[in-house]
Amino acid sequence: MAQTLLQVEDLHTQFFTSRGVVRAVDGVSLHIDVGETLGVVGESGCGKTITALSILRLVPDPGKIVSGRILFRGNDVVKMDDDEIRDFRGNDVAMIFQDPMTSLNPVTRIGSQIEEAMTAHKRFTPEQAKSRVIELLTRVRVPSAETRAKDYPHQFSGGMRQRAMIAMGLANEPSLLIADEPTTALDVTVQAQIIQLMKQLNRELGTAMMLITHNMALVASLCQRVVVMYAGRVVEEGPVEQIFKSPQHPYTWSLLRSVPRVDEARKDRLVSIKGLPPDLSNPPPGCKFHPRCPFVIDRCRVEEPPLGEVGPDQVARCWVLMRNVSEGDVATAKQSSISVAAAENLKAPVADIGTKSGS
Amino acid sequence: MIAGRPNRGALLPARLSALTDSRVGSLVFFIIRRILWMIPIVFFVILITFLLMHLAQGSPWDKAGGRQLSAAVVNNLNIKYGLNKPEYQQFELYVWNVLHFDFGLSYQYEGKTVTGLIAEGIPYTATLGVLAFIIIVPVGVGLGVLAALRQNTRVDYITMGFATAAASFPNFVIGALMVVVFSVLMAKWTQHSFFLPAADFGLDDHLIMPVITLALLPIAYTARLTRASTLDTIRQDFIRTAWAKGLTERLVVIKHVLKNSLIPVVTTLGPTFAFLVTGSLIVETVFNIPGIGRAFVTAVESRDYPMILGTTILFSIIIAIANLVVDVTYVFIDPRVRLA
Ligand SMILES: Nc1ncnc2c1ncn2[C@@H]1O[C@H](COP(=O)(O)OP(=O)(O)O)[C@@H](O)[C@H]1O
Ligand code: SF4
Ligand SMILES: [Mg+2]
Repeated sequence: MAQTLLQVEDLHTQFFTSRGVVRAVDGVSLHIDVGETLGVVGESGCGKTITALSILRLVPDPGKIVSGRILFRGNDVVKMDDDEIRDFRGNDVAMIFQDPMTSLNPVTRIGSQIEEAMTAHKRFTPEQAKSRVIELLTRVRVPSAETRAKDYPHQFSGGMRQRAMIAMGLANEPSLLIADEPTTALDVTVQAQIIQLMKQLNRELGTAMMLITHNMALVASLCQRVVVMYAGRVVEEGPVEQIFKSPQHPYTWSLLRSVPRVDEARKDRLVSIKGLPPDLSNPPPGCKFHPRCPFVIDRCRVEEPPLGEVGPDQVARCWVLMRNVSEGDVATAKQSSISVAAAENLKAPVADIGTKSGS
Repeated sequence: MIAGRPNRGALLPARLSALTDSRVGSLVFFIIRRILWMIPIVFFVILITFLLMHLAQGSPWDKAGGRQLSAAVVNNLNIKYGLNKPEYQQFELYVWNVLHFDFGLSYQYEGKTVTGLIAEGIPYTATLGVLAFIIIVPVGVGLGVLAALRQNTRVDYITMGFATAAASFPNFVIGALMVVVFSVLMAKWTQHSFFLPAADFGLDDHLIMPVITLALLPIAYTARLTRASTLDTIRQDFIRTAWAKGLTERLVVIKHVLKNSLIPVVTTLGPTFAFLVTGSLIVETVFNIPGIGRAFVTAVESRDYPMILGTTILFSIIIAIANLVVDVTYVFIDPRVRLA
């Protein structure tokens, strides 16, 4: 049995805005084992980033972790005091952000930004930290690392900056690396290189990884297990092959139908799912996916389904489940869902298309 | 460890090493070019001032000695100072003299050179300006940072309330108020044992009120700018990265927030310094300080053409140098800046 590294239990993170409470993370539970790669997928605005920021207790104002536990090797992150959380960040768990162009300090040398990630903690002496900067940059394949370490971020390309961010993340040999859409802001060819690099690092270092993405292809190539999030909740979870082979939640099924080809990764907006994810300050009653679900039944509109066991290590939050949908209904659903190309041709807001074809 | 390697904390040596030979070369080139640019700038300043002076009503001899001079005397004076010549010739002569560092004789103080009069005023104006500047930087920046880090708390509200109030009162009102409170009333309340002097100016405790009066507006301005810039920086992605590394709050604030948020503040300090030195004319008039500012005001009142031109040239050079210093500083504090 694998050892659990991180266990998130019934996490609720909310934003207290002037327009009401936004339930960004609404009862999320998930776990990551030592050395494991977990994919977290879902469309934009489903609470992936806020879940990750909650784990590091970096939720921006006016957001707050309202309830739940985040156990890292058994210690509750939510209850840590200032010194404990400071020592936890970047040391036990490191995070790589979506936009490498804005995530590095523009007026500080790259090397120094990596070095301070180490000097902030006790794992390495200041001398070791200095020499490790070059090692790390070499490891993430930054050419002529010694001279490039003295560069400022504006002298690095986007891909190089993301490599530097990864080097920074790996600096203290964390047990868990959270990567929040690490390739979304990059060019297609650079994306492939970064994915290749992360794959390799995970193999070489055995660092557990939580990979946040809305790109199913990326999950398939990097992850062992996957958590599908919708409207601040986990709607399906299971081993990657199983989820890809037999998704049980209609949302997962829709996501998989919209897998972009790798060569199209830059345009991987999930236009093929009709409609938009709900406004999390005012979510629909019942199943949060019901306004967009092709297989909706009456019960879905009033009562929210629980996460139920649907296979070995696989759970899903649905009253119907894909295996109970008839072939004919699946075919009809495929017909009515709009293709990426068609949606782009129409140049109309996707939400409008959803209501029109839905009525 | 390599011996003699600059310390991690030593900001300047590390920065200087960023200036490669070619960057040092371009910096020197840049400074020389900017200094050469001052020549046409000063020329146009002279031209425009000259035009404005001669467009304005009145002549230097209107009120000399408090009564109207006879036409014959005025004519003699005009001949003596070359004012009978065509204006373009006057201009040519003036520029020619300036090229030889001769700024002429004052009209209102007989026998005194403009250079001499300005030299007499400089110690006062410079002392005022430098002292005010020394107060403004730490107080303005400090208040701004404090307000930003304690956003929407009482500290923030009080600081910004003060800044808004200070920015909305004109200099002379603040100066006059201070004289009333700290000199007149204070002297009365304490039976003349403690009060701030307001007459017979000297470079001693007479400086307190003028310096504060002069500094108040730039402090308010600097504090507001610092606060806005710091709040803007705190929201940036790289600040989240800094927190995610597990840095202490002190390091996050100093190494990441301030190093970025103070860049726009530094760029305004040049104009602020120029404002202090050139803009002290109101304060000098209110507190009766014999500085260049007051000399400029009296020169304008009495149409003392050479004095007006001399002070204007000095002011324009100070402004140009202040801006040059800022641009060079910029290169050191922001690695993204390229010299144009
Ligand atoms: N600063 C904020 N203020 C208010 N609401 C926010 C803020 N940040 C995120 N949210 C809300 O939280 C929800 C989840 O956001 P996020 O976790 O960033 O989604 P994603 O899955 O795209 O990473 C969003 O729908 C958004 O409404
Ligand atoms: S519960 Fe109903 S609406 Fe929700 S996903 Fe399942 S079938 Fe669709
Ligand atoms: Mg996100």
